[in-house]
Amino acid sequence: MHPGREMESGKTDVLIVGAGPVALFAVFELGLLDMKCHLVDILDRPGGQCAELYPEKPIYDIPGWPVISAQGLVDQLLKQIAPFKPTFSFNRMVSGLEKLDDGGFRVTLDDGETIEAKVIVIAAGGGSFQPKRPPIPGIEAYEGTSVFYSVRRMEAFRGQDLVIVGGGDSALDWTLNLQPLARRVALVHRRPEFRAAPDSVNKMLAMQQRGEIDFWIGQIVRLTGNAGQLSSVTVKGPDGEIEVACTRMLPFFGLTMKLGPIADWGLELHENQIPVDTEKFETSTPGIFAIGDISWYPGKLKLILSGFHEAALMAQAAKRIVSPGERVVFQYTTSSTSIHRKLGVPD
Amino acid sequence: MTKLSFVAFDGTRFDVEAENGSTVMENAIRNAVPGIEAECGGACACATCHVYVDEEWTGIVGEPEAMEEDMLDFAYDVRPNSRLSCQIKVRDELDGLVVRVPERQG
Repeated sequence: MHPGREMESGKTDVLIVGAGPVALFAVFELGLLDMKCHLVDILDRPGGQCAELYPEKPIYDIPGWPVISAQGLVDQLLKQIAPFKPTFSFNRMVSGLEKLDDGGFRVTLDDGETIEAKVIVIAAGGGSFQPKRPPIPGIEAYEGTSVFYSVRRMEAFRGQDLVIVGGGDSALDWTLNLQPLARRVALVHRRPEFRAAPDSVNKMLAMQQRGEIDFWIGQIVRLTGNAGQLSSVTVKGPDGEIEVACTRMLPFFGLTMKLGPIADWGLELHENQIPVDTEKFETSTPGIFAIGDISWYPGKLKLILSGFHEAALMAQAAKRIVSPGERVVFQYTTSSTSIHRKLGVPD
Repeated sequence: MTKLSFVAFDGTRFDVEAENGSTVMENAIRNAVPGIEAECGGACACATCHVYVDEEWTGIVGEPEAMEEDMLDFAYDVRPNSRLSCQIKVRDELDGLVVRVPERQG
């Protein structure tokens, strides 16, 4: 807790850990059953990995959408849940968990705020994740000004001399996608073999042959620049060191995902996932549910669409805890007038 | 028992007795060799147990497999004699093996 700061506290029906697509859709399903939600996410905006890692990438397996960008999906979900007015706490991580006498929970966030909830839903994806910082001395000084670990807006790289580092799908995809915008793109990878999809590698090599990009084999050993503004990187390759002039660098060295403090909540774990039953998606602790990529059960697929299904069933079980004794009537959104009222559908 | 030597980045040498079948990484951790982190615990999923195999030994130790090569992409200052020590199993032929610890792990 930050000393000297007055402790805030809030109350909600359901506290959702995470604000990715599955967490957002859970707000909808819980909202249809009249439950209020408060979402906590370590990122600075909703969308989880969809927004942070690949906002402009297409997704092809969302039912009803032959293709939709990851950010597009997040935007649609936000529109869909708007009638339920969820509360968001961004840039924050859940830490402490306390069981209350009335059967609910008190969760403490990393800044000391506490939230009381009758039900907790963990929809934290791969855990709280951070792009890996490549081990280049002094790189911290350029982060956020010249060095970026993700592409939030492609426009930000227009006209730049760009160095992209890595041999996986992110590095290759951004090499292909940013080439038309950037003044010059240089891809740097340690070896001539790639982890990325062969099709992307072939496209990149064709671009290199046409002289549209540079490809250097080697490792970046030094950054040169001033006051956070990068002017060149030094690449150590098989034939010695070369200096590549650049104004922006995008290193893609993978992600580290950590379950974080949730690991200490006393829940049963299956490696880095949380085992649940497939009727209610409840964890080993009654009242705490887990849905989306972070949940595990036999046959689990880490797909957004599976998370949507898990959210719907979880909401039925959560309702029985939030409103004990109340009869839950199953209704279709198409025909139920009470649902239409909740969604603000005109008569 | 098989003799292994770790040379830390500052030059400190650690001579250890290793059991056959254990990994070089496990012996580094057991003997608190500085600079070997082994975050993932030996799953070839992190590249924080990176070592340089002494040139005289590279032929006997052998080359990394494809998965280890992929993981080495995340390591710092990778050289032709780079290996992830969790992927080297101790055996009789490695008696006397020398590995060096890099300046830093990825």
